[in-house]
Amino acid sequence: MAIRNPPVDAVLVGFGWTGAIMAQELTDAGLNVLAIERGDWRDTPTDFSPAYAQDELRYYWRHELFQRLNHDTLTIRNKASETALPMRQLGSFLLGSGVGGAGVHWNGQVWRFLPTDLKAKSHNLQRYGKAAVPDDMTIQDFGVSYDDLEAGYDKFEYLCGVSGKAGNLRGAIQAGGDPFEGPRQREYPNPPLQMPYAPTLFGQAAAGLGRHPFPHPAANASRAYTNPLGVTLGPCTYCGFCEKYACGNYSKASAQTTILPVLMRKKSFTLRTNCEVLKINLSADGKTATGVTFIDETGQEVEQPAEMVVLSAYILHNVRLLLLSGIGKPYDPATGEGIVGKNYAYQITSSVNVFFNDKILNPFVGAGALGMIINDFNGDNFDHTGLGFIGGGYVGILQTGARPIETHPTATGVPTWGLAWKKAIARDYLKTTTIATHGAVMAHRGNCLDLDPTYKDTFGRPLLRMTFDYTDNEHKMSDYLTDRAAEIGKAMGGREIKANYRKGSWDVVPYQTTHNTGGAIMGESPRDSFTNKYLQSWDVPNLFVLGSTAFPQNPGYNPTGTVAALAYHAADAIKSQYLKAPHQPMVRA
Amino acid sequence: MSPSQISRRTALGAGVLAFAAPLTGAAAQFNGGGLFWAANTSTYPTAVDLKASYQFLTGDEAAFVEAAALRMIPADPTGPSALEAGVPLFLDRQLAGDYGKGTRLYMQGPFAKGTATQGYQAKWPPAGFHRAAIKAIGDHLAQGGGATFHKRDEADQDAFLKDLSDGKVDLGGDVDGKAYFKLLLQNVMEGYFADPIYGGNRNLSAWKMIGFSGARYDQRAYVLSYGKPYPLPPVGIGGRPAWSVKG
Repeated sequence: MAIRNPPVDAVLVGFGWTGAIMAQELTDAGLNVLAIERGDWRDTPTDFSPAYAQDELRYYWRHELFQRLNHDTLTIRNKASETALPMRQLGSFLLGSGVGGAGVHWNGQVWRFLPTDLKAKSHNLQRYGKAAVPDDMTIQDFGVSYDDLEAGYDKFEYLCGVSGKAGNLRGAIQAGGDPFEGPRQREYPNPPLQMPYAPTLFGQAAAGLGRHPFPHPAANASRAYTNPLGVTLGPCTYCGFCEKYACGNYSKASAQTTILPVLMRKKSFTLRTNCEVLKINLSADGKTATGVTFIDETGQEVEQPAEMVVLSAYILHNVRLLLLSGIGKPYDPATGEGIVGKNYAYQITSSVNVFFNDKILNPFVGAGALGMIINDFNGDNFDHTGLGFIGGGYVGILQTGARPIETHPTATGVPTWGLAWKKAIARDYLKTTTIATHGAVMAHRGNCLDLDPTYKDTFGRPLLRMTFDYTDNEHKMSDYLTDRAAEIGKAMGGREIKANYRKGSWDVVPYQTTHNTGGAIMGESPRDSFTNKYLQSWDVPNLFVLGSTAFPQNPGYNPTGTVAALAYHAADAIKSQYLKAPHQPMVRA
Repeated sequence: MSPSQISRRTALGAGVLAFAAPLTGAAAQFNGGGLFWAANTSTYPTAVDLKASYQFLTGDEAAFVEAAALRMIPADPTGPSALEAGVPLFLDRQLAGDYGKGTRLYMQGPFAKGTATQGYQAKWPPAGFHRAAIKAIGDHLAQGGGATFHKRDEADQDAFLKDLSDGKVDLGGDVDGKAYFKLLLQNVMEGYFADPIYGGNRNLSAWKMIGFSGARYDQRAYVLSYGKPYPLPPVGIGGRPAWSVKG
């Protein structure tokens, strides 16, 4: 017999970035909010203290901050004709777990999508015609505009204390910033981080080729900063342990370093950790969420009634919970019908190593989003006529720390072990840098999420099954970006370059990005989307689904800035509109 | 932080916690108390005792691992070999612990070989995989009538490892030789370049060879020193040898 808890105004499932943002906003609006997190409570002084946070083995390779796959993983395959097998070990993406979620071990790369990214289908059709969007490329417009999201982008950048240089202030292009970005209402809250040697060489070479380099916007504080909630971050010390690690220095923005010091004091907010939500409960007619059922930290089943249910877990968990709860029609790639699980997308990356003979670059002096970037080949910032693909990505050098188990690039012809390897690595480690490309993945009819028929989690529930591969669009686009990166690499004047094109099928082993998207996408109509522009379910209007779950396809930027902007956009609508008429759709179907 | 630590914290931090599960006392509920913190709950890594003997590897296994690691990172004046860096002891301790047991891995069946892009599909966690693969390699070499791996000359060892990495050695049964080579090479690199607190990278020697600064807390002074060597020696989580008290 399940325990039945007293009702709350809103229950949040998952407590990372979006959960913390929504909890802060809804408690400000006077609501009584409960957040349920399946992982542990985590905070700087005890879980990633600077006394031992800089530990490559423990945190990256032994996955201390990541999801425990023994508890729950997903199954993976490249195409429907294959049998999906469990992702037994983390690799391509690093799922988060615990308070702060994946936002604890992110790099702090904060981007805004391009205005045209949010209209990917209509924009590309209009500019390039029907042939540019083949039938199997199931891209859609987001149903929300850049102007709708600008306030949310701005709010998140000021929450995090992003260090950067504006490129477009209210329509006026600014020297030193990204001239391709959408207009922003004001400058970044902090100036760019100091730029090390290798990214500086990249910027010089790129400018020499007529590109438009600028410092990557970074949620790594370039100076002490107190955010609008009154929470202070410390200046980044360039220790080189951001990406895949937690910051011991209160310099990288996370829920812990920006929101929780305020939120955790509120009596109207309760957090329960080590509790796992099993399903969302519905009314008999299926049109109202009545709350959730979860297993508490003692193993007891608990029914939690709520006026509003917000899914704020990672995208893969949000989608799985919808499927396990029987909400929405599951997507069927054979017929193209159904919504939940549709348009799963990812990111496509490649790199170009640049080896110098004479330049000591000290690559270990780093920070997560420290680098120089060009967006000349992102989105539709360039003419795609005749290229055979749409979309793009950024190209740049991010000097994130070169921890040596992970980062020891070898020149062409050098083996991966043995004496020749050893001599090469001793010669090259300090004098090598890597240009990264970070490209979009368009939605494709066959790329989707559903429940696995065979494999189960510790509670006996089916694992999520991911069917995903790159298409011609991604490979052509990524090769194009890699060629552009190689041009800049050559112009940097090193001894040699080595271009690492992304070849073949998506591979779960090498780390790429934790930028999984889609599965419960937003849009303009319930015919082809799960939520409206406020991330409100069309079918169940008191259910909101946050995160990159909503992206109809994945543009060439890191997702977190847009994930946060969408959460603020939803929170504003809930406060100004929804709470005046609860349980009602905010957009007419 | 593990659930058991949560329980401990609950006892320690009663002043800031609201309890929801009095039956066990293992509550993890937070309401209005601010950022939860309790003393002495952080988990500092335990240093490997460099003088201790192997805990997981048997004699034959250790002989294989030592010989194979030495071919992967041989001795020469450039820097430490895998043996000089202590890679085998590192690997032994890793395999004896949670990593070897695969406590964080999904190890439920059914097991299948999978495609090249589906990653780790061995039916054993890393310790069991090493054990099964080393035995299979020994059997394979014995069947061919040749010497055991560690008694072969360097060129022979290199040729065998190369064949293993290229998938040209059929070890029979469920042991995927190519997958095992990848695991072994990864573990050797981990031991060579990980913080010395885990038993490898002895005296920070691998970091010194490449010039990595280590667990440095504040590198602000060196961001703009373009082209200049970093002036400080590497440091680990446990400090560095020069900081130890002699005697």
